[in-house]
Amino acid sequence: MLDQADGYMTADGRQIGPVVMEMKNITLRFGGVEAIKNISFDIREGEVRAIIGPNGAGKSSMLNVISGFYVPQDGQVLYKGVQRPQMRPYQVAQQGIARTFQNIALFEGMSVLDNVMTGRLTHMKTGMFSQALWKGRAEKEETANREVAERIIDFLEIQAIRKTPVARLPYGLKKRVELARALAAEPSLLLLDEPMAGMNVEEKEDMSRFILSMNDEFGTTIALIEHDMGVVMDLSDRVVVMDYGKKIGDGTPDEVRNNQAVIDAYLGVAHDE
Amino acid sequence: MFYREAGDFSTSYPEDSQTFPIRFDRYRYYLVLFVAIFVIPFTINDYWVNSIFLPFLIYAIAAIGLNILVGYCGQVSLGTGGFMAVGAYACYKLMTSFPEVSMLIHVLIAGLITAGVGVLFGLPSLRIKGFYLAVATLAAQFFLVWLFNRVPWFYNYSASGQISAPERTVFGIEITGPNTEAWATYLFCLAFVIFSAVIARNLTRGAFGRKWMAIRDMDIAAEIIGVNPLMAKLSAFAVSSFFIGISGALFFAVYLGAAEAGDAFSIQKSFIVLFMVIIGGLGSIFGSFAGAAFLVVLPVALKLVGVDWIGWPTDIVAHLNLVVVGALIIIFLIMEPHGLAQLWRVTKEKLRLWPFPH
Repeated sequence: MLDQADGYMTADGRQIGPVVMEMKNITLRFGGVEAIKNISFDIREGEVRAIIGPNGAGKSSMLNVISGFYVPQDGQVLYKGVQRPQMRPYQVAQQGIARTFQNIALFEGMSVLDNVMTGRLTHMKTGMFSQALWKGRAEKEETANREVAERIIDFLEIQAIRKTPVARLPYGLKKRVELARALAAEPSLLLLDEPMAGMNVEEKEDMSRFILSMNDEFGTTIALIEHDMGVVMDLSDRVVVMDYGKKIGDGTPDEVRNNQAVIDAYLGVAHDE
Repeated sequence: MFYREAGDFSTSYPEDSQTFPIRFDRYRYYLVLFVAIFVIPFTINDYWVNSIFLPFLIYAIAAIGLNILVGYCGQVSLGTGGFMAVGAYACYKLMTSFPEVSMLIHVLIAGLITAGVGVLFGLPSLRIKGFYLAVATLAAQFFLVWLFNRVPWFYNYSASGQISAPERTVFGIEITGPNTEAWATYLFCLAFVIFSAVIARNLTRGAFGRKWMAIRDMDIAAEIIGVNPLMAKLSAFAVSSFFIGISGALFFAVYLGAAEAGDAFSIQKSFIVLFMVIIGGLGSIFGSFAGAAFLVVLPVALKLVGVDWIGWPTDIVAHLNLVVVGALIIIFLIMEPHGLAQLWRVTKEKLRLWPFPH
């Protein structure tokens, strides 16, 4: 089922498109430590792809490789079928890959609205002179991008705090604002690094709802790292399981749940002695 | 009660993103502009212009420039004096080489030349931050002053090593030289202040401002969401140096009339402008004005009170001025790091509720 070049149908009847991002034999070393060992997987258009694994498995490193923050020593990254040359993170972002961070990385000195608008920066092209004049092209571009930003703000239900400085917000809302900033870029691939870390059940439910309706309404392709197994199994279409830098499982949540290697990694295994 | 925004609705995004979204603020701004353009020029004399208005206007431009770099983009610079010197010497060379061209154009081109020099000295900011960058810009300060003192071409081989502004006009009215009118020099500088403030405001409320602030608040996250750090930092250096160059050109040509790099544009200048930015408020255009006004008016006010009213000796008052400024900087850094602009914001927030705060 997964081998079809042009996608597959999910259990709930969504059509998943062709491969957006393909990782081929990625190896990443820090000095003598191999954080990622020869891992290959792909992310398809329109799907929710989860990367799971115990602590230190290399999940975040994987996300950092995708977003261009780390350069792997070996292997290829194919984006939309083209091998990606070595690029700086901002160039990766300009290609349409947005992300959120495990530890919130918002711009604390700016308002919520300004933070969301920074997500639109890759879409704003007017030069310094039109910006300095403001009237005309710069204002028109600002208004057009503001409309997109406001749509995202509506969608994530943060209208009431749009003028509030981010530093004043509680943790759960900050997570949501960070999601808004990433979503404002209208990415073709959205990476979420533990979007539900440190949240209570209600907040997790809210966040899950946002992730699903994001995928549903905007058709956003999402790759996420998460530790809450219940959430991962409910949200994702396919799951990659990592342990000690190796891939030990890949498939639908049901396949992964019944995979012996995955069960061993999570529950531990008896050693012969 | 007096200051409120109730009933003041924005119905479009351009309306919401204008400089003064609240109607009351907007009218007050028009009033200030009206007084500055149509009232003050007819009521001032040489003393007022030379002791308060010219230094205030010129330092305000420099403070706006430095605020863009330090307050908005988070790149500490101690090279302001050096960059002002670039503006001054560029303006001098232009004035002497092209006597028939209007001063307006000379000052603008001097600003552009300074922007180029600023970009050059901004290059280290890509690798170093914080204190280390401050030291690197300090090198710019010393190198530039040394350059203008040692290479005679910059001061046209004059015997004294000084540059002095020849008489130049704008629209037939003399702006530089010994025979200027108070209102003419005032209006000339005011025009540049308005020009700088409007451009700075337009840049900081749009995409460039957000890039700069993103770099300031968290440079790694900024790069990951698609901000090119090289372009963002260098553009901040360019815009900042452009304004600082303009202020240097005005400081030399209109205010001083004659200058020598080591004297007029020493490290002292860098610190004074930095103090203005800190006391006024980092990351605020209004703060640049407030800081400049404060540090320009303070010595005059102290002299008025100390020497003229109480009758203290002049040197004691001059030293008292240094003590007060030093104490104020410490107090501001501890009590209100966002400066006078933040005090103003807090006052406005309180006024909104006053007299029924519950």
